[in-house]
Amino acid sequence: MGIIKALNLVYDYITRDDETEKEIKNRAVDHIDLDIEAGDFIAILGHNGSGKSTLAKHMNAILQPTEGSLWVKGMDTSDDDRLWDIRQSAGMVFQNPDNQIIGSIVEEDVGFGPENIGVPTDEIWKRVFESLEAVDMMSYRHHSPNKLSGGQKQRVAIAGVMAMRPECIVLDEPTAMLDPNGRKEVIQTVTELNRTAGVTVILITHYMDEVIHADKVYVMDDGHIVMNGTPREIFTQVDRLKELRLDVPQATELAYELKKAGVPIESGILTIEELEKAVAALKCGM
Amino acid sequence: MALRLEHVNYIYSPDTAFKKQALDDVNLEINDGEFIGLIGHTGSGKSTLIQHFNGLIRATSGAIYYNDKNIYDEKFSMKNLRAKIGLVFQYPEHQLFEVTVMKDVCFGPSNLGLSEEECQKRAKEALTMVGLKEKYWNKSPFELSGGQKRRAAIAGVIAMKPEMLILDEPTAGLDPKGRNDILDQIKKLHDESHMTVVLVSHSMEDVAKYVGRIIVMNHGKVLFDDTPKEVFKHYKTLESVGLAAPQVTYLMDMLKKDGFDVPDQVTTVEEAKSAILKCLGYDQKGSNADLHENICAGHSEEINTKEFKDIKEFKDTRDLENIKDSGGESND
Repeated sequence: MGIIKALNLVYDYITRDDETEKEIKNRAVDHIDLDIEAGDFIAILGHNGSGKSTLAKHMNAILQPTEGSLWVKGMDTSDDDRLWDIRQSAGMVFQNPDNQIIGSIVEEDVGFGPENIGVPTDEIWKRVFESLEAVDMMSYRHHSPNKLSGGQKQRVAIAGVMAMRPECIVLDEPTAMLDPNGRKEVIQTVTELNRTAGVTVILITHYMDEVIHADKVYVMDDGHIVMNGTPREIFTQVDRLKELRLDVPQATELAYELKKAGVPIESGILTIEELEKAVAALKCGM
Repeated sequence: MALRLEHVNYIYSPDTAFKKQALDDVNLEINDGEFIGLIGHTGSGKSTLIQHFNGLIRATSGAIYYNDKNIYDEKFSMKNLRAKIGLVFQYPEHQLFEVTVMKDVCFGPSNLGLSEEECQKRAKEALTMVGLKEKYWNKSPFELSGGQKRRAAIAGVIAMKPEMLILDEPTAGLDPKGRNDILDQIKKLHDESHMTVVLVSHSMEDVAKYVGRIIVMNHGKVLFDDTPKEVFKHYKTLESVGLAAPQVTYLMDMLKKDGFDVPDQVTTVEEAKSAILKCLGYDQKGSNADLHENICAGHSEEINTKEFKDIKEFKDTRDLENIKDSGGESND
């Protein structure tokens, strides 16, 4: 069994109509099966309202299934006694950096989590330094978080999660509010954590170019997983993705357009480097 | 000329330890009917700048003229200015508050002192413009999806019939289709009603695709102010200030280094496509896959452009028949 496993996972949001007192069920996650291997970099795509965030919130037991089950490291998220263990195993980073920083100094903020679970002081400092080192924010440790850029704040938030020593980090659109540099910083940091520390990463995003280095991509629509595969397998299906209100990286789109115009170019090009090579190869003599 | 900024400076928390110069000698002219992209990294002064445009923030020094009238003049009506210059903040859906979408959109116009009837009329127009279907108009705005809420909120500003519409990252957090839809609607609004639009964005691809002029802010100063093509020429400078150029601009630069004869200023997928097709000798009307093989078979070295052209022309005539057969759809 993988680090995160879901079987027949269903989640209904229930709203009550004020006038008729009738309950209205809104099914956000509809019978999802999932098996994520430890150490993988997973990306989840899907349009607004497709159920991505609802699914993600099950991974650290912010939400508990209406039907079916989800296990984190073999722990059932429906089991209230294991909530804190589950949340230590799977940390979460949200969209808005300003909503998840509470400390008045960077290092205090990062130490908040371990302090709350009773980690001894020496160990807290060790974890704080290691985590800040891992996200490359060590030189800012005495700064006030509100003076940092968006990308830096998100890296501090990631460090805060890392200080809990989770096996798994779930990031729900961590770059939506950032400028291009901030986006790059965050994605690089997460990729690095995945490669060097072996942390399982689950990245939810609307930016297609952030997905191209993932091990596996899941595409959600209407509470279901409708596509899954490697980025290359997913992004060859340009029309299907557009139907699902999604897009492809600009390099993929250009390659696709060239192919449609009759250029014998391979499908599944993801980066401009690959496209450069392909186009250069077409120019004879290469 | 709609708006003119002369030597505008703005300092946050002056005379304290937190003093920060957010705008530094900004000089700008924004003309009627322009579609402008405003870019810059977080903290570069974009938001401070747009809040000067409708007088929400008063410059520490310098002057701002709206249709040649100084907006800091005692007799100048700020209320009037704010009716003329509509500002859509980031995540505008957080400002929705009424019980129905229709009432929410009517709120702005009703504050202009318009009749109920006129408010409704404008609200309907605005909601149609942003592409929100009629079946949602009498729903609570909180029942809508993220993209729909965003549209409703933008409609609330459009219903004021501003002469200039400023949008601060209107697509943040939306899915790709939602992003394109909203930007397409804004473009349509600009084209049809000749409204001046200022779009603050972090997406270089979007800016390259939609706007006619880009203003780049860095450390409170205007770094560049030109057409997208001219601005993205400086992509190395843009990178050094936390920005970038569209992906295709990088691609074309790489191809140029590989010896391809491609133009300098490519910023959109369409332009890149036609440039590459031209370089590879594919004519734009139909498929020329055979041609490519012919050339490759005949010339293993660098292709002589003249020969290349000759073969291409020869091939073009022959291809006409193929195009007829295939219905000529291959380049749609």
